Amino acid sequence: MGSAKDGTGHWWAQRVSAVALVPLSLWFLIALLTSKSLDYGAVRAWFARPFDGFLAALTLAVLAYHSYLGTVVVVEDYVHAAGAKLASLLALRFLHILAGGAAIFAILHLTIGTMGP
Amino acid sequence: MAEFSLPANSKVRKDGRVFKAPHGANNVRVFKIYRFDPDSTENPRLDTYEIDMDGCGPMVLDALIKIKNEIDPTLTFRRSCREGICGSCAMNIDGRNGLACISACDDIKGEVKIYPLPHMPVIKDLVADLTDFYAQYASIKPWLQTRTPAPPDRERLQSKEDQEMVDRPSACILCACCSTSCPSYWWNSDRYLGPAALLAAYRWIVDSRDEATGERLDDLEDPFRLYRCHTIMNCAEACPKDLNPARAIGEIKQMMAHRRF
Repeated sequence: MGSAKDGTGHWWAQRVSAVALVPLSLWFLIALLTSKSLDYGAVRAWFARPFDGFLAALTLAVLAYHSYLGTVVVVEDYVHAAGAKLASLLALRFLHILAGGAAIFAILHLTIGTMGP
Repeated sequence: MAEFSLPANSKVRKDGRVFKAPHGANNVRVFKIYRFDPDSTENPRLDTYEIDMDGCGPMVLDALIKIKNEIDPTLTFRRSCREGICGSCAMNIDGRNGLACISACDDIKGEVKIYPLPHMPVIKDLVADLTDFYAQYASIKPWLQTRTPAPPDRERLQSKEDQEMVDRPSACILCACCSTSCPSYWWNSDRYLGPAALLAAYRWIVDSRDEATGERLDDLEDPFRLYRCHTIMNCAEACPKDLNPARAIGEIKQMMAHRRF
């Protein structure tokens, strides 16, 4: 059937998102470990600060994207039946959009929802 | 869905035949060899051969030839040059892919277990079916492609540095040790070209005289043909010629990325 004329885009996106996750996840971990309190109010206040809220949303977005790219490769590697493969790839796409979207919405709700009058 | 077990006819029976060493032998080594007879309906089995190493050459191939000549003429394997340049006697020895002719029995501890190259259809005993492997090699067009006419009075010349680019990858003997050691090739050998074919592709991509570099890269631009390589590195570990297909594949991926920016 010839080459699919694609593949480098996926490979490159996987690497770029991996590099982006290095500082983002470091920031997230350090913020988590150095915070004095992890009770509900403290975390709410943390994400309510615009800069922290934005970085948290960005981290989750890149994380969902990177996870999507990686799990697609796993399915392509191991799932060979055409129907099961298509279903798995669709499920992965929907699940990642759902999980990423929900996580980002939750953060933005804390950030923007508490910024208003 | 994903496969988690071997096909029923691939399970190896352990109750193979046993060929005892002759009386008086005092340097005996045990060889356990995979046997499969396509003419029978039986599953493959492991046969046991006790060899008197005092009457046998040092290499695994010497032992196989001794078995075939003196003990069991039905044992089937490929061999030719017996010096590591033809690639015929590639097989799985003591859990590693290698050439029987340059694998010393003394380097193996305990029983010497010999299987055909992994995850390939078996024709008979230690002979794997390499039809697809060769077709994959042919698919990368392993010859010089040019558009400009050749100089009328001489060959297409190459600098020493340019020659050194293709010198090592040209040393591949197509024994299939690398490709058949690669898990990614095991799972997707119908679509992934595998380390041997990709090393050959690299050899022509970096050849200064070749004028089809773009088309060669275009043909590899595919999620399966090239990008099933996950840098597992079994290929470099297995290669009996000390080549590094994984590095060549990495450089192809780099070229793919470079031509986008």
